[in-house]
Amino acid sequence: MSERFDVAIIGAGPAGLAAAGVLGQAGCSVTLLDEQAEPGGQIYRGIGSASGPRKSVLGADYAAGASLLPSLAHDSVTHIAGATVWEVTPERDIYYSQAGKASGLKAEHVLVATGATERPMPFPGWTLPGVMTAGAGQILLKTAGMLPPSPCVLAGSGPLLFLIAAQYLAAGFKIDAIVETTPRGNLAKALPHLPGALLNNKYLRKGLAMLASLRKAGIPHYKASTSLVAEGDGQVEALKFTSGGKPHRLACASLLIHNGVVPNVQISRSLNLDHAWDSLQHCWHPVTDASGATSLAGFRVAGDGGGIAGAEAAAHGGRLAALAILEDLGKITGGERQARSSDDSAALKWHGRARPFLDALYAPAREFLEPADSTIVCRCEEVTAGKIREFVDLGCLGPNQAKSFGRAGMGPCQGRYCGLTVSSVIAAKLGKEMDEVGYYRIRPPLKPITLRELASMDLDDDADERPAA
Amino acid sequence: MRNVLHFKRLDEASGDTVELTFEGEPVTARAGETVAAALLAAGHISGRQTPVSGSPRGPYCMMGACFDCLVEIDGEANRQGCMTQVRDGMVVRRMTGARDVDRGSAA
Amino acid sequence: MMQMNDRRPDVIVVGAGLHGLSAALHLARAGLKPLVLEKDYPGRHASGVNAGGVRRLGRHLAEVPLSAVAMTMWHNIADLVGDDCGFVRCGQIKIAETEDELAKLKKRAREVQAIGYDHEEIIGQDELREHIPAIARHCVGAMICRDDGAALPFRTTAAFAYRARSLGVEILESHPVTAIRRDAGQWHVTAAGRQFEAPLLVNAAGAWAGHLAALAGDPVPLQPQAPMLMITERVAPFIKPVVGATGRTLSFKQFDNGTVLIGGGLRGKAFPERNITTIKLAAMRTSAQTVGALFPQMSDARIVRFWAGIEAIMPDEIPVLGKSPNAEGLYHSFGYSAHGFQLSPVTGRIIADLVMHGETDLPIEAFRADRFNSSEDTGIARIA
Repeated sequence: MSERFDVAIIGAGPAGLAAAGVLGQAGCSVTLLDEQAEPGGQIYRGIGSASGPRKSVLGADYAAGASLLPSLAHDSVTHIAGATVWEVTPERDIYYSQAGKASGLKAEHVLVATGATERPMPFPGWTLPGVMTAGAGQILLKTAGMLPPSPCVLAGSGPLLFLIAAQYLAAGFKIDAIVETTPRGNLAKALPHLPGALLNNKYLRKGLAMLASLRKAGIPHYKASTSLVAEGDGQVEALKFTSGGKPHRLACASLLIHNGVVPNVQISRSLNLDHAWDSLQHCWHPVTDASGATSLAGFRVAGDGGGIAGAEAAAHGGRLAALAILEDLGKITGGERQARSSDDSAALKWHGRARPFLDALYAPAREFLEPADSTIVCRCEEVTAGKIREFVDLGCLGPNQAKSFGRAGMGPCQGRYCGLTVSSVIAAKLGKEMDEVGYYRIRPPLKPITLRELASMDLDDDADERPAA
Repeated sequence: MRNVLHFKRLDEASGDTVELTFEGEPVTARAGETVAAALLAAGHISGRQTPVSGSPRGPYCMMGACFDCLVEIDGEANRQGCMTQVRDGMVVRRMTGARDVDRGSAA
Repeated sequence: MMQMNDRRPDVIVVGAGLHGLSAALHLARAGLKPLVLEKDYPGRHASGVNAGGVRRLGRHLAEVPLSAVAMTMWHNIADLVGDDCGFVRCGQIKIAETEDELAKLKKRAREVQAIGYDHEEIIGQDELREHIPAIARHCVGAMICRDDGAALPFRTTAAFAYRARSLGVEILESHPVTAIRRDAGQWHVTAAGRQFEAPLLVNAAGAWAGHLAALAGDPVPLQPQAPMLMITERVAPFIKPVVGATGRTLSFKQFDNGTVLIGGGLRGKAFPERNITTIKLAAMRTSAQTVGALFPQMSDARIVRFWAGIEAIMPDEIPVLGKSPNAEGLYHSFGYSAHGFQLSPVTGRIIADLVMHGETDLPIEAFRADRFNSSEDTGIARIA
């Protein structure tokens, strides 16, 4: 019943597109499954349809993403847009829904290129309408040319916060304030990594230029801010915080928040692949080798889903994974792969040089890893940090028990926006390390599907058995 | 309860328009936009109330991960507004609390 | 308190699932000092993740007397464990879609009446629709157990564990038992590299109980299996009772929070040595089709999770419960074959009766560990 492919790539961002280009050129049958209507992933959202003026607002790094689109022109590459993958089995059966219809396919090799999601940034009021991630603000700009209502405040930490402020400025829109939550001590911890970062100072130069443009525009910049609270009746109306030893209250009609990005591990976790805790990036990532090979044969991970390194690095990683797959498929020899990999390997290394400095500089603040008791951590089921701590007092030892104690992580987002917080709250309360406490077991379906979609599926009776528990 | 604050389009004039309704009110969107974006541009910051406490929510991540942009679209409850493109004549309604199994199905 | 904890255990219970915890709790009430050794944590497997049906309806006739006593305990479950365990007396209904199926249910109700129980009643179409307005129009009638209901499995397990601990039971988590030995009137148990001793041993190790029973000289044809369930997003309340079907496998229940649990006999595969189960999507599809046929309005509801627990299934689908026929000082309580949740309050009482008085007032002859020895069709060879 299932269509068969040499390679299934999940995610049409830079890693997935770059891999599809290499594999398509070699004549492999490739299916590229992506949930969005257009290719590009989140970083290059709408790249194929963005107008010239919009591209100039978003900048050269964004516009460069268009160079990846010819990957899809290869005859042997099938791009399935609007496809929500909801189940991936260890036997490499992939089930997805498109326009309300569920289907399956089988692949010899699977490349998971599902990128990153925003690290949760829980604080009182973060669930109010009008509070969005900075990434959401960027997506609205990229796909619809939309600007948020004024007054607009940006709060949090990380390069994306400054990037979107600069992009808005280029669009003629001046935000009202940046409330930076980067802890004061981070710079000192980052400095030892500075010499390495200077070997690739592209990111640093860009960052400093962005900051200078924001300063020049006269945008107030509150540093080392703490005790954030969003207020409002039915929608956000103000952000309260402390900075420079003084309490502040800024009126806002939109509040864009950002706390760095973390690998999207839903698929790799659901497959029970080995994961490692990265204490510098403060996230889990699947354990991979340089070609993205995971602990399960036939599965590779490329791009930010394997560890945060950014869009350009993701494209290099995608090509390296594709070359390794070509060797596995017998399309090229080991020697050919090595020769063809050297440029991407070197580029990947170069991109990685700036990472430790950036990761240390923008390490998330405690306030968002161990929020105050009253803060909702599980947005779907409205479970507070205080409730999680109560569960621990009642004997809860980890995030999976927290599900049973009080439905944390059991809503439709399936833990995407609370998993890291629930683990860190439990770890702190128990005085344990994150990898001792662990993460949610991710169960299928990876996204909710209707009973009708399941009932009308075309399936062999013994088609699929997968590790779950 | 209509919010006066809304997202603004950079290039307001360009693009084909699509007409939909939200809670019976007309909404003009651009072809290719998502339902969530169209509602934000029309000033509808919140499209649902949670089934747990009834608190209002609106689009949060715009990338299909958070499920806070859920709305009823053409009679089908709990659709992700940020993952659904607008279509002419689309009927969008607010989700209030848990979906009703007796509504939401035309069949 | 110090003295209590320093006291050597009188009995070691293997497994902190519901049956192990129930045994420990009742033994502690009787004045003994139980030690529970658990390889994961209480309720990690079948006890914590099952469908939570508190059901007399449709039970194997051998289980009916136990089930009846257990039901009275459920109606006052807070007296036993200090928490209501989320128990609701919502009734259980088994639907007949045809007159043939209804006739089957009537015959079954008469069999239960013949052994002296009247909890299974037959109702017609009108009353069925009163109980379940959303039911598909073709359903002709049903069997109902009005005082049956449902509870919350993990909460129940946690309540049993909490009460057991408050009565002085020690529960050691992350202590998988790797060896047992009987010597000089004592059981010597190795778990997590430590040695434990007690004169009495209770095997309540669920899907892992077969191994322990074999070590003690009571081989049984236990098969670990993986009953599968799925659950929907929250939907507005539309159904109270737990619903099953006669001609199809189904268990359908809406929780107070609005989520709808769908299961009923479909099984994936269990890999007990790795704590892992596999799901069969094709079987889940069958469940989705059944729900679509009986509750057409549910078709647009979204499934948010599939899962499967690891459970001990016996070839005759009734448990092993009682004193070991071969080993001194050993008691078994396992093999509940995916319907032991309701029985749990009473199975511990039975173990305590046997330990304290050498007998129990409930009929447990059918649950002997050696019942499989005499028959060719036991499945031992098949499984080995």
